[in-house]
Amino acid sequence: MDSEEAEGLGLVSRRFCFIITPAMAADIVFWILAVVSAGAAAAMIISRNPGHNALFLVLCFSALGGIFGLLDAPFAAAVQILVYAGAIMVLFIFVVMMVDPRTPAPPERRKRAKILGPAIGLVLLFELGTAAWGILANSNRSPASGPGVAPADVGRRLFTEFAYPFEITSVLILAALVGAVVLGKKEEPES
Amino acid sequence: MPAFVFIPLAPAVGALVLFPLGRRLSRRSVSTLACGSVAASFVLSVAAALSGSGVRIHRLFTWIQAGGFRAEAAFRFDPLAAVMVLVVTGVGLLIHVYSAGYMSRERDFGRYFACLNLFMSAMLLLVLADNLVLMFVGWEGVGLCSYLLIGYWFEKPAAADAGKKAFLVNRIGDAGFLLGILVLWSAAGTVSFAGLSEAVASGALAPSAAAAAAVLLFIGATGKSAQIPLYVWLPDAMEGPTPVSALIHAATMVTAGVYMVARLNPLYAASSSASGIVMLVGALTAVYAGVLALVQNDIKRVLAYSTISQLGYMFLGCGAGAYAAGIFHLFTHAFFKSLLFLAAGSVIHALSGEQDLRKMGGLRKLLPRTYPAFLVGALAISGIPFLSGFFSKDAILLTAFAGGHVFAGILGLAGAGLTAFYMFRLVFLAFFGSRRFSAEVESRLHESPAVMTRPLLILAFCSIVAGYVGLPALFGERANLFFRFLAPVAGTPASGHAGPGAEAALLAASTISALAGLFLAYLFYVRNPALPGRVSARFPGFHHLLLRGFGVDALYETALLNPLLRGSKAVYRRFDLGVIDAAVNGAGGAAGLLGKALALLQTGWVKDYALAILLGAVAFLGVLLF
Amino acid sequence: MSPAAVVGLSLVLFVLGVIAFFVKRDLLTQFMAVEIMLNAANLAFLGLARGSARIDAQVIVFFVMTVAAAEAAVGLAIILHLYRRRKSIRTDELDKLRG
Repeated sequence: MDSEEAEGLGLVSRRFCFIITPAMAADIVFWILAVVSAGAAAAMIISRNPGHNALFLVLCFSALGGIFGLLDAPFAAAVQILVYAGAIMVLFIFVVMMVDPRTPAPPERRKRAKILGPAIGLVLLFELGTAAWGILANSNRSPASGPGVAPADVGRRLFTEFAYPFEITSVLILAALVGAVVLGKKEEPES
Repeated sequence: MPAFVFIPLAPAVGALVLFPLGRRLSRRSVSTLACGSVAASFVLSVAAALSGSGVRIHRLFTWIQAGGFRAEAAFRFDPLAAVMVLVVTGVGLLIHVYSAGYMSRERDFGRYFACLNLFMSAMLLLVLADNLVLMFVGWEGVGLCSYLLIGYWFEKPAAADAGKKAFLVNRIGDAGFLLGILVLWSAAGTVSFAGLSEAVASGALAPSAAAAAAVLLFIGATGKSAQIPLYVWLPDAMEGPTPVSALIHAATMVTAGVYMVARLNPLYAASSSASGIVMLVGALTAVYAGVLALVQNDIKRVLAYSTISQLGYMFLGCGAGAYAAGIFHLFTHAFFKSLLFLAAGSVIHALSGEQDLRKMGGLRKLLPRTYPAFLVGALAISGIPFLSGFFSKDAILLTAFAGGHVFAGILGLAGAGLTAFYMFRLVFLAFFGSRRFSAEVESRLHESPAVMTRPLLILAFCSIVAGYVGLPALFGERANLFFRFLAPVAGTPASGHAGPGAEAALLAASTISALAGLFLAYLFYVRNPALPGRVSARFPGFHHLLLRGFGVDALYETALLNPLLRGSKAVYRRFDLGVIDAAVNGAGGAAGLLGKALALLQTGWVKDYALAILLGAVAFLGVLLF
Repeated sequence: MSPAAVVGLSLVLFVLGVIAFFVKRDLLTQFMAVEIMLNAANLAFLGLARGSARIDAQVIVFFVMTVAAAEAAVGLAIILHLYRRRKSIRTDELDKLRG
């Protein structure tokens, strides 16, 4: 291909002389976002500051939102950013601000769970990986890239087939709302 | 429904009312109700007896129907039943009336009469039953009432123990009785009396089975009628109120064994070995108990051993084949023995509860109504001519000798002498001689009220005349009304009659024996009061043995009772506590331990819980995948 | 961007969440770890359902997010309450439910 065609295709690097197709672009973006989200999660583990933890988590969720978008789920992506990275993390940050983490932290008693947990977690990783391998190896699904799932379709589904779970979930939210208000109320001093 | 069916029911109704309500009703109501119900039974009995002889059976309903076994709730009224029912209700009525006076100061007046009525009902059921199973119900019922009444003053440990002893010893006999019923059923297929006599007659019942059953049933009789070896409860039973001793342990309950043998006379007639055992045991017991009566110091215990002895005579008669004679002695004995007991009760009542002969004496003039009655009873039981006991005892001895049972006959004669001796020892010690009671007792000494002395009078009268319904063959073959009345049921003695000469000789012999006994008692206890002491000093060992009742009670205790108690204590400790309780407690303990162990998981730590969840998930997945 | 890669990322995120839960000492951060795990699950759903004609996965993801939101609200309220009572959200100090 000559340089004019390559220009029409978008990103072209004259210097490095390779072509990036949209599929490739998607891959690259995916890997970047993947690294970001995993890295944010790891950073959350390493950091001691709860505020930092919360912010790292926001980063992680946002990256995930992006990945959702790449996975032809625009509705999910939007909801992820709005609800997760938005509302939920804001709640977290509120609570972080209200709670004093008490530094310096006293030394931890009983290290048992701290060692065993991650160890068994790695075992879990291994098992899940095996399971996933089993599934994925057998299916010959082609990673077809479509226009994405329309929110309208999701909505339609929600109100027809999944109407019952939908209503129950709304009751659940109501209950959570009431509960949160009751629990979060400041205790009145005994008069 | 014929009237005789109601004979056991009237006292039952009385008991049914008195048990729950006895406490709340007035004494007058209680005694009226109780005596009234027995009076009703008596009237019905008289009516039933007068309305013709012959066998009448009335079936109420089928009681047990299990596989091939069938037991009806049916009543039978025949001459034998008539005699028994008249004795039980007649003497019972007199004793009920007497009790109204004797027990008038008792706190649990209602309970006494309730038990007494229940007893009457059970005894009448026993007598009127048409089959062995229903009879056994009555048999057990009288045993229960005996227990209740002996232990009437249950606060007194001696009384409570005596009641228990009576019940338990009877139980042993009852086991034999039950086995006898089972043998009969398995061998003959029936337990009704009609069916059994038919089975014996037709030969359907094997002789060996008949003998075995007869012996087993007799074991039951030794328990209920206090013969060797199960007599030990009767002397102790004197802890109960005296009217109870009169009714239950003299006139009625203890005679149930004799009645049973007479009722089953086809069975016993068919088995000479069983009859022989009955006769021998009876004869031996008659003498044995007479000997023991010689050294008793309690007025009631003398009478108790006397009862055992007289019951032995009845069994002697039945065992020799003269069932009618045995029943005849039962009949006369009911009168004079209950007379003796009630009169003794009158004496005890007069002496404010004193029962020891050594603390009595000279009551002859002080108790002008009790003494003559007692004397009549003593004369009657001793077989002094012209009183009832003479005729009945004689009938038995006659049959024994006529049937060739010389040994038994001699024992009987010896027993007659013994009877006279210990009986008049009692009379002389209590009513003659110096007054050996305390001044306090003397100050309260009084003759008993009319309600107590009138029954005495009636019984004394009966003790005199009752014998004349059973005149010996000397006076003519047809003179013996009693035997003729019972003949259809009791049969005639298998042995032949002795000639009139032999009969007269026997009458003379028994009279001499009785008079000799009387005279010896006079010698020992009136003429020469120091004599008994000298005799017992000459034979201290034997005397001591007699006082201890030949050591039988002690023997039973060491040989049977103590091992049993030790055994059951051991079982209790080893098995009940050690195994069962240990298992149950162990289960509880194990549950507790398990709980404590599981509680270790509840550290309260979120991370530990999360670890548990994780482990579970990993394990689960592992199982699924690999 | 094969499904394998997406699922792989999902697994990694999930295990990171698990490790975070056990390593951290304060309740709040542990709760955040739980959120990570939830998200990892969502990712797996979407990754495996990509390109399929059925859109059930989208609906499920929607529900998961909703419930997670409700859960977060209540959970945080509880943490706040706990903090006010015990003045601490250190899990190694919170063992009152010890059996």
